[in-house]
Amino acid sequence: MPYTTAQIYQKVKEVLVDALGVDEEDVKPNARLMADLGAESIDFLDIVFRLEKAFSIKISREEIFPGDGFFSDSRLAADGRLTDEGLAVLKKQLSHIDFSGFEKDPRLAKLGDLFTVEAVVRFLEHKLNASGPAQD
Amino acid sequence: MRWIWIDRFLEFHSGKRAVAVKCISMAEEHLHDHMPGFPVMPASLIIEAMAQTAGILVGEAGKFQQKVILAKIRRAIFYDLARPGECIELEAILESYSPEAASTSGTVRRAGQVIANIDLLFSHLDQNLSGIPFPRENFVFEKGPIQTLMTTIVCSDQIGLAENG
Repeated sequence: MPYTTAQIYQKVKEVLVDALGVDEEDVKPNARLMADLGAESIDFLDIVFRLEKAFSIKISREEIFPGDGFFSDSRLAADGRLTDEGLAVLKKQLSHIDFSGFEKDPRLAKLGDLFTVEAVVRFLEHKLNASGPAQD
Repeated sequence: MRWIWIDRFLEFHSGKRAVAVKCISMAEEHLHDHMPGFPVMPASLIIEAMAQTAGILVGEAGKFQQKVILAKIRRAIFYDLARPGECIELEAILESYSPEAASTSGTVRRAGQVIANIDLLFSHLDQNLSGIPFPRENFVFEKGPIQTLMTTIVCSDQIGLAENG
């Protein structure tokens, strides 16, 4: 069933309120999951499970967030930065993430800032409505 | 699992659902202090009992090959107390299972009455190490204690124990 952006946003908001114990008014589109909403790495697994349930779909962690092995691969990340190859891999893997701005200075410490509420909504929009546009 | 905190499994349905029982005894020393003159099972130990019930359900779903670690208490709501002389039933349902993790929902009952809801998230440790080296042996599911506990199952489907541990 196609979802509108507003419907997806509302469900994502509910998922994040439950998963992170934050207030609904804190879940704004530009809120960063880690820096603003306090998500830790284990919360990403929880968020994935809750999104699967909320939308009745299957999601693998690597589709939406970088996988566990990514940061330990020196070809992809070294000296606290993404390598050119690492950046290329993530851009291909995570098409819902806006890397403009980040790619000028791809420090790993800043990578978490790219995962916003809006990015999660964008990911779901793409995944859920791949077969056609939503009907209001 | 360093210590077993549930007494037996009443039901075990592989990859789906497990029900364990834990009876509370005044011989448990912590009850002498929790609370003095009014012994009640600490909520943290009710969560531990659920974590063992659900953790073994998750472990068995992966044939005890994964190191299953409690990663997050997703929800824990307590409605009533559990006291010495009473038994609690812990029902865990496997909700989601992936290569990296699993989630369960749980209900705790005392004489048929719901006294808590406890939903948990488990991590498959080897899939979430970020490259940090860790012991190869499965220290979570040591074969002896788990095997003993699995022999207590009253009602089950086909289940299997791992070769390692």
